[in-house]
Order: sequence, then structure tokens, then C-alpha cells
Amino acid sequence: MRTRSPFVIELRNVSKHYDMGEHTVHALRDVSLSIERGDFVAIMGTSGSGKSTLMNIIGCLDIPTSGRFSLDGIDVRTLDESQLATARNRKIGFIFQSFNLIPRTTALENVELPLAYAGLNGKQRRIRALEALSAVGLADRTSHLPSELSGGQQQRVAVARAIATNPALILADEPTGNLDSSSTSEVLGVFDRLHSEGRTVVLITHEDEVAARAHRIIRLRDGAVLTDVRQSPAARGPHDQMTSR
Amino acid sequence: MKFRETLRLALGGVGSNRLRSALTILGILIGVASVVTLVAVGNGSSAAVRKQFENLGTNAIQVQPGGGGRRGAGGPGGGNAGATLTLKDVEALQSNEWEQSIKAVIPQANASGVTAEYDGASVTPGQLTGTTNELWEAGNWKPGRGRLFDADDEQSRSLVIVLGTTVATNLFGDPAMSGAIDPVGESVKLNGNAFQVVGVLKSKGSNGFQDQDDVAFVPLTSLRDTLAGGTTLSRITVQATSQEETSNAQDIVTNVLAARAGKSPTATDLGFRVLNASTLIQSSSETAKTLTVLLAAVAAISLLVGGIGIMNIMLVTVTERTREIGIRKAVGAQKSAILLQFLLEAVVLGALGGLVGVGVGLLGSNFKIAGVQPVVSWPSVFVALGVAVTISVFFGFYPANRAASMRPIDALRHE
Repeated sequence: MRTRSPFVIELRNVSKHYDMGEHTVHALRDVSLSIERGDFVAIMGTSGSGKSTLMNIIGCLDIPTSGRFSLDGIDVRTLDESQLATARNRKIGFIFQSFNLIPRTTALENVELPLAYAGLNGKQRRIRALEALSAVGLADRTSHLPSELSGGQQQRVAVARAIATNPALILADEPTGNLDSSSTSEVLGVFDRLHSEGRTVVLITHEDEVAARAHRIIRLRDGAVLTDVRQSPAARGPHDQMTSR
Repeated sequence: MKFRETLRLALGGVGSNRLRSALTILGILIGVASVVTLVAVGNGSSAAVRKQFENLGTNAIQVQPGGGGRRGAGGPGGGNAGATLTLKDVEALQSNEWEQSIKAVIPQANASGVTAEYDGASVTPGQLTGTTNELWEAGNWKPGRGRLFDADDEQSRSLVIVLGTTVATNLFGDPAMSGAIDPVGESVKLNGNAFQVVGVLKSKGSNGFQDQDDVAFVPLTSLRDTLAGGTTLSRITVQATSQEETSNAQDIVTNVLAARAGKSPTATDLGFRVLNASTLIQSSSETAKTLTVLLAAVAAISLLVGGIGIMNIMLVTVTERTREIGIRKAVGAQKSAILLQFLLEAVVLGALGGLVGVGVGLLGSNFKIAGVQPVVSWPSVFVALGVAVTISVFFGFYPANRAASMRPIDALRHE
């Protein structure tokens, strides 16, 4: 049996520099942190604190300048472009502030997208996409176009797309940034439920109200970890449920 | 992602902006349609030229008085006005010495300005020629009605005439209409001399320059008796024994006639021109080929312009859809999948333009263009289609590669 690391994310002395001609921008300075399987973590910080850079690195959209980053036990530095694409497909479910659904494409097709790139056939894709849409409470909106859905519904479609491939990590970048308060609670409710099902959720936010839902809050400033506070046990997932029964 | 789904995505991309796609397709469409039509026009004109010379008879060599070299291109330099062809020249060529190459030597004399009259109708044939019965075979003339005059008619100096269909129709009425008279057996007056019509020639149609049916033939002997007494000939037709022998026969004719005129066969002013139908066919089909190539080149340029149109619109599409590309990459699309998607979109545009263009080109080839009935060349149709697709791959590759090479973070940030 494969011994799996208990950590979905492990960063060791990760730095990221951007060369801007004459001067270099240090977006991340020597960051080390680990996130356990089944945890619900909020990463906070003002703009320019490095949280977007961190999100890009964790999401395999960017590669650190130095340091080690492993995702689900895989050292990301060793991956080439094509393997990074596969890692994004299999390991990560992205949720963006601006939803990022493909226009003129139905909710179902949007959710099927990562499954299509994973090489599933049409029938399997449909089944899993419908499951994911039901999980976010949108089973009755499958054939709607993004333009026909409210902001909250669009973001729930995006969540369905993120969970469709059953990834190791759900990575949300300001998921409620473009939503009104009722849609915000609607979407945050979905995150709570995903976490309770044992999924690992990392969300990046600057809203305290949103971060309050998380079990662990990491604050960044000037590209380094400022505080790292645990509010409640990491997993309310399968382990706890088993012991509490 | 499988090919079929990528194709579906590409079709969706083409369909999402119909007007723009239609205009891009139009570029390729015009290119392909013009390749198909213009090559058909070139083909048609070369077919017309070939037909015209085939009517002359491919084994026939024409000798005409006048300037020019042996090739008979007829340059302006050879103005030997005094030179004539006579029956003596014919006799020299009829020598048994040349029988291996020369089958028949046929003198032809034209009587100009002769009016043919019948029952009040009067017609001036385009050409009234006195000749011998050997012309029928050498010149590829067939009887349509009645008979053609023969050696007996010549021997007996009968006043008989064979009419071309145009002359027959003008004198006796269109045989398709009621009230037309059967010319065979009737008598027409040529400058007052009564000639009996023995037959009407089968129509040869127009050769593109003149009506080949606007002719009338009488035996040379009869012509000399009645209309033109001289021995001067308008033309000598030499029939070679076979197609292969035509060039030998041509050499013999040139040498013999040059010797009779006391000149070197290579002189530029021989005083006569020797025209060989098969060399004429060759040189004019070369001209037609050049025309076809030129037309195809013009058409290919418009196809190239269409390809640039595809590239242009694909660059716009890729820029517009940068965010979509970012999303696709974020959810795990491989570089190759993005490349294929946009490349297929370009190919769909090219192939649609190609198919519709072939349709338009075939339709256009049904009409006479600049007096030429186009003849569609099927290889050119398939080449045009293939080139349309190849061009769209070529011009689609750069935009598709640009899309595929985008960094997902940059693409996602694109507004």
C-alpha cells in the first residue's frame, strides 16, 4: 500500500521573484506551510501581500523561483508543461472571483469541461457532471447558459465544475468577491458542505466574515506568513465522524 | 479530449460569429471558385483551338503564297509579292519520289467576288474554291446530303458544285423550317454559269474566328473553264501518308518548292509559307497552356488572400477568447488540445469556403465566359479544395499556436 503524505500541500522555503527590468519584485519570501487533507483553510492578506502568487503556485499555474512545493505528494518542480496541465485537471478544482464560466455554453457543458479534458466518454461525463450539479443544488438548471443564471448560481456552477473531477484540493480565489450577501451565504453554505464531505478547501479572501467559516486562517503580509491560527480541528471529515460514532 | 468533440468545439466557434465567419469563408470561396472557373476557361479555350485544327485534318500541310518562314508564323518581313503557287508546283510535288511521305497534293484556287444566285436569292460565299476530290479526305469534309464531286466530274469538267451548310441555307432556306427546298439537284448560277448542286457538306461549325460552313467547292477544272482562267493557286494542301510522316512531308515540300524558286530552304523570304496542322496545334496548345497557368496563378493569389483573411480573423478570435483559453488551461486542457481546437476552426473556415467555392465555380463554368465555353478540369477542382485546406492549416497554425502557448495566469487575467 502506498504511504500517502497526510498533507495535500507542502511548501518548503518557497520564494517567487518577478523580474521587472531594473528591480525585482519579491512576491513570496521563503514561505513554508503545510495543509492537511480535509482541512478548510482561509488565506488572507491585503492586495500585494502575495496571496494571489501563492494561489497561482498552489494551483500549478505558476512555478516557484526557489523552494519545494508538493501537491498531493508530487514534487511540482519536476513536472513539465503537459504534466502540469494534467495536475491541474486531476488534483485541483479552481473557483474564481469572476466565475470564469465559458459563455454561450450551458451549465452542464461547463461542468463537463474538465471531465472532457480528462478523457472521459460522453456518457460518464454526463453522469458525473449531473452529480456535481445536484451537489450544488442546480440539478434543474443544467441547460441554462451562464447569462441566464444569477451570480450565486453561476458561482455554484463553477463549484460544480471544480468538484466534478473529484480533486484533492478545492482552490477558491475570492469566491464571494462579486456576490451580494444572500448569494455569498448560498455559496459559503456549499463550501461548508464540501468540507463536511471530507474535501480539502483552500480559499483566498480579504473578508473576515468569509474567513470566519474556515478552520484555519493564514495571514500574509509582504510575501511572508504573518499569522497562522487554527480555529477548530482540521478535519470534520471521515476520521472524526468515525471516532464520534 | 477526443477529435470529434474538438471538431464540435471548432464548429461552435465558427457558428458563434456567423457574419464574421461568412465573410472569412467568402475570401476562400472567391479564391477556389476563381481557380475552378478560370482553369476551366483556359481549358475550354485550348479545347476550342484543338477542335479548330482537328477540322483541318491533322495529316494535312498547307502551302500558301506569301512571306514568312517554314514554320508559317507569318512575320511581316517576308513580303515577296511576286511569288505565286502554280499547278507546276503541284506536279513537282506529285512525283513518285515522295510517295512514301506524301499521299496527295491538292491544288486549291479561290475565285473571289463570285455571286451565287438561285430563284432570285443571291449570296456571295465566304470562299468559293476550285479543287480536286482528294480534298475531302485531307480536309476532313463529309457529305451531309447528296454526294461530293469525284474524279469523273473533274475529268469531264462537269459544272457541279458542293455547298457548305451556310451557303445552302442562305440560298435554299433553313432545312429545319418549312418551305425550304432541297438544294441537291437544283441549279445555281455563278456569275451567270449554271452549276448543278450535287451535295451539301456536313457542318463543321465555327472555329472561333470564322464560319467554316460559309464555303462552296467546284472542280478546279470547271473553275478554270468558267470563272478564273489563270493557273495561280491560293493554296496547296499536301496530305501526308500518316501523322508521323507529316514532318518529313513538310521538309520535302519546303525543299522542293524552295529549289523551284531558286532559293535555300532556310531562307527567310521563300515566297510561300508551309503550315503544318500538328505543329500549329502544338504551338497553340502551348499558348493555351500558358494562358491556363496565368489564370490559375491569378486565382491562386486570390486564394492566398483568402488564407490571410483566415489568419487575420483567427488572430482576432484568439485575442477575444483569451479568457476562455485561460479557463480551459486552468481546468487542465493540454496545449495540443487548444492548438487543435483553433486549428480546426481555421480548417473548418477553409474547407467550407473550398466546398462552396467549388459549387460556385462549377456553376460559373456552365456559362460562356469571354466567348469561351469553359471545360471543368476535375484535377483542378480537387487541387483547389486541397490547397484551400492546406492554406487554412498554414495560416491557422500561427494563431492556434499563439492560443496554445498562452500562460494560463496571463490568459485568465485578460480583460
